[in-house]
Amino acid sequence: MKFSESWLREWVSPNLTTQELEAQVTMAGLEVDAVDPVAAEFSGIVVGQVVTREQHPDADKLSLCQVTDGTENFQIVCGAANVREGLKIPFAKIGAVLPTPDGKGFKIKKAKLRGVESFGMLCAESEMGMAESSDGLMELAADAPVGQDIREYLNLEDTIIEVDLTPNRADCLSVKGLAREVGTLNNIDVKPLNIETMAAQIDDGVAVTLSASDACPKYLGRVVKGVNVSAATPLWMIEKLRRSGIRSIDPIVDVTNYVLLELGQPMHAFDLAKLDGGINVRYATEKEKLALLDGQEVELNTDTLVIADASKPLAIAGVMGGEHSGVTTETQDIFLEVAYFNPVSIAGKARNYGLHTDSSHRFERGVDYRLQNDAIERATQLIVEICGGQVGPVVVSQDDTHMPTEATVELRAQRIIDVLALELPASDIETMLTRLGMQVTANDTGWTVNVPSYRFDISIEADLIEEIARIHGYNNLPVSTPMAALDLQSEPEVETPINTLKQYWVSRGYQEAITYSFVDPKVQKLVDPEIDGLTLANPISADMSVMRSTLWVGLIKAAEHNLKRQQDTVRLFETGLRFVPKDGELIQEPMMSGLICGSRIAKGWTNDSEKVDFYDLKGDIEAMLAVNGGVTYRFEAGEHPALHPGQCAAIYQGDKQVGLMGALHPVLQKQLGIKTPLFVFELLLDDITQGQLPEFGSVSKFPEVSRDLAFVLEETTQWSQVEQAIRNKAGNCLKNVTLFDVYRGQGIENGRKSLALGLTWQDPSRTLNDEEITSWVDAIVTELAEGLGAQLRG
Amino acid sequence: MENLQHLVTEALAKVEQAQDVQLLDQVRVDYLGKKGAITALLKTLGKLSNEERPAAGAKINEAKQKVEDAIRAKKANLENAALAEKLKSESIDVTLPGRGQKSGGLHPVTRTLQRIENFFKHAGYNVAVGPEVEDNFHNFDALNIPAHHPARAMHDTFYFDAQQLLRTHTSPVQIRTMEAQNPPIRIICPGRVYRCDSDQTHTPMFHQVEGLLVDKKVSFADLKGTVEQFLRTFFEDENLSVRFRPSYFPFTEPSAEFDIQWASSKTGWLEVGGCGMVHPNVLQASGVDPEQYMGFAFGLGVERLAMLRYGVNDLRLFFENDVKFLEQFN
Repeated sequence: MKFSESWLREWVSPNLTTQELEAQVTMAGLEVDAVDPVAAEFSGIVVGQVVTREQHPDADKLSLCQVTDGTENFQIVCGAANVREGLKIPFAKIGAVLPTPDGKGFKIKKAKLRGVESFGMLCAESEMGMAESSDGLMELAADAPVGQDIREYLNLEDTIIEVDLTPNRADCLSVKGLAREVGTLNNIDVKPLNIETMAAQIDDGVAVTLSASDACPKYLGRVVKGVNVSAATPLWMIEKLRRSGIRSIDPIVDVTNYVLLELGQPMHAFDLAKLDGGINVRYATEKEKLALLDGQEVELNTDTLVIADASKPLAIAGVMGGEHSGVTTETQDIFLEVAYFNPVSIAGKARNYGLHTDSSHRFERGVDYRLQNDAIERATQLIVEICGGQVGPVVVSQDDTHMPTEATVELRAQRIIDVLALELPASDIETMLTRLGMQVTANDTGWTVNVPSYRFDISIEADLIEEIARIHGYNNLPVSTPMAALDLQSEPEVETPINTLKQYWVSRGYQEAITYSFVDPKVQKLVDPEIDGLTLANPISADMSVMRSTLWVGLIKAAEHNLKRQQDTVRLFETGLRFVPKDGELIQEPMMSGLICGSRIAKGWTNDSEKVDFYDLKGDIEAMLAVNGGVTYRFEAGEHPALHPGQCAAIYQGDKQVGLMGALHPVLQKQLGIKTPLFVFELLLDDITQGQLPEFGSVSKFPEVSRDLAFVLEETTQWSQVEQAIRNKAGNCLKNVTLFDVYRGQGIENGRKSLALGLTWQDPSRTLNDEEITSWVDAIVTELAEGLGAQLRG
Repeated sequence: MENLQHLVTEALAKVEQAQDVQLLDQVRVDYLGKKGAITALLKTLGKLSNEERPAAGAKINEAKQKVEDAIRAKKANLENAALAEKLKSESIDVTLPGRGQKSGGLHPVTRTLQRIENFFKHAGYNVAVGPEVEDNFHNFDALNIPAHHPARAMHDTFYFDAQQLLRTHTSPVQIRTMEAQNPPIRIICPGRVYRCDSDQTHTPMFHQVEGLLVDKKVSFADLKGTVEQFLRTFFEDENLSVRFRPSYFPFTEPSAEFDIQWASSKTGWLEVGGCGMVHPNVLQASGVDPEQYMGFAFGLGVERLAMLRYGVNDLRLFFENDVKFLEQFN
């Protein structure tokens, strides 16, 4: 809501500077967004009048004028099309300073235009910083006093204040409402606006049917005949409208806009000649069409309320009028309408058609349901003043069963103290509420408060307490610290905090990333082709339209971003939800994911330029999982469409798969255009934060016995198989199995590999003897030979 | 015996000349060894009279001791010199960078979140989390935002269908907590939230921390105190000016926005969050009796706080995940 300070001060004028006023309303919850002067800085411009006008001898588009400032005539060359004899205009005399964007100002000097001297300049609004653009000179009223300073004449020592109102404060979407608020804040009276009832001079009226009285329970109409639509809107009205951001169109529309700004009541005028029979306020019918004032034709939804006549819809109720029923230059008789619409019936309707109007903005939030009569009288009065005309009676159609009723709210004095921790004198509270327009009656516990018809936001006690807090000033309310019994919070020792796990990745050289939860559906499909990701109905862009089913999608994109920017090593991790639709339900699980690529160690003087591989990432994962003491995790060959089939491991805890890791599939790498091999992992966060409480076991004092063995096996035999076979046969004193070499090449048949491993035994209560060890080794050798075809290497 | 003095002088000279341990040992063998020159003198003692013998023996022993001491001292010298030489040859350039992995870092948003969480944990708040794909009920209805309420339009919601949406705030977690748990409640709800808006000051995803306290006696003064203390702790500025402006959120009444004093802002103030006393309808919708309990809630924009704290000037940088940006917060 934009308004000029001087307009507000016509209603209520507290002893405050503009800045103080701005701060005051902001701190009352009507946040001031902008304060601008109504015109730019300029000087030396007066009201001038064109005495004579003739064609410039050497230029078609220039006029040669004599202009008076009331005492003297000046020769002026002017390029505006609307310059004519008798016209009153802003006249910048020699020495005048016009505004420039850099603030330095432009000084008017004597000039020669096409060989003819010009002693000054005639101005358009834009040249005085009163408009973005203008077509032609600003035309001043015929009664403008020639010679008067234009700043004085147009009352330009004024500011435009724009408040950003929250949706609950529809009552402040008018100068009247703002004045009430300012009056309350300063505890001063607001000047009442006297609205006279205009007696009917003619009998003409239009019959009105309220077919949807739940949505429109009140409709007022009035006929005014013989209006002069070509009359000029008075300058004061044009200026008030302009300072509220509304352009003057014609006197009828200007008046309806003026009343909208002044009182907060949207209204509309139809050309009476274009109405076919009576008015019906009804819902649109199937496929009904309407050409709107803004030129677009819409097909109406059946939940849209329309103002219709006997044959066609005329307007979308509370949103916008139709193109063919509005006032034009030919209009002679008008039908003025003012209605109350239930906010719910208007809410969202404008948006359905891509519209947002001053009218819909107010109706959606709630327009005072007792304002209609004042509005129609005020508008009629102004129209008749400007355009003349004969007024008919105000015809009121109202369905009381659907009219809102006044809220009555009990306000307890003790509750105010409980909520605000402050005791205010009863008289202060009564004054505040009364100034806001409430009827306040004291009772045993506090007050009974009748809420006025314009406060749609007040229906319970808490709402009134907010009003009291607001008027008293939030910053004047006390400050304390909550008191509460503080129980010690439980912190299970076996639960590893996520932050600890994050810190682990950090110490291993990983940067934490945060990627968008919605991703490019093409990449999502490439990475996780078996999942139909959850798709947004209204994405911000096509490449952010589907919910990720794995964090890999975003991480891979982030890696790509960095690889493109000369990072030769990228290590990233992220935690967050993945979104997997499954059996008609959506599973939202917290994951911990990451990736590595590039050099194992950042390039440096040590020349360790090896690239990372599967085992680098696996080592990092194993070490992180070890943070959860006592829980064992198992890596088995796994598969995932995004991963290299020969370099993919499923990670298990017991029988549950808790994660996956591996090399990104080379085909996928190619599709994504990433040349550096990427290694990725993803773990179910909830399954990797549970450890076990450590339990003491005595440390054996007896010596360890070790044996090193080497076996030749098929290339396809996995270490986990070998290890399992060994553990099966190595007896119960086996402490450790270490794989210390994997060898292929000379001396080993093609397709086979040699594994060298160390075994360690120890008994807690005695020294193990050679025979025992030998028997276990024999059993292992036999088992490996029989089960896995392993040959002991000599 | 006459040449004892001569032998000693000769031996000491040789000790002095010895350049390494081997040569020094040779001197020991030559003079003090079993067949050494000074040792040989001892064998001549037998030729002396009983009266002369002790004095002569003592002299020889004295001489022997003198040479031995000299050898020992020289040996220590030689060894020290050798060690010094060895150490010198082993010297390295300690200013070369260390080998191995450099450290990574937490995302600035996480860093900020962890700080916020820590402050509130110390004040007895628990951390609560919830789903990000939400339903209309928990994101709107239960928060006193019925369908068609103009406030729904303020939220620029991402929808999947008529029922499912991306949460526009972490308030649904408050509802879910109140549904599941009886007061007193002290929680903070950190997490990702989504709004269909994208420009220099808006990203379609960002992070919020909301706090909720429900108890028998809670006032707006407590809310002001909590928010004020938090902001002063967060910015480590005891004198930070904080102001509360009336605002509107359907789920709180009274509602406020809070600003901190900030020199570079046009008005001198910068909005950092919203708060209010929990609306009785919200308590009721979550099964809490508003006559018995009161509560306050507040919400903070994490990116906003991180930007102010670290001087980041473009919100979008947080989600580009450029390592050169991220590393600045390591």
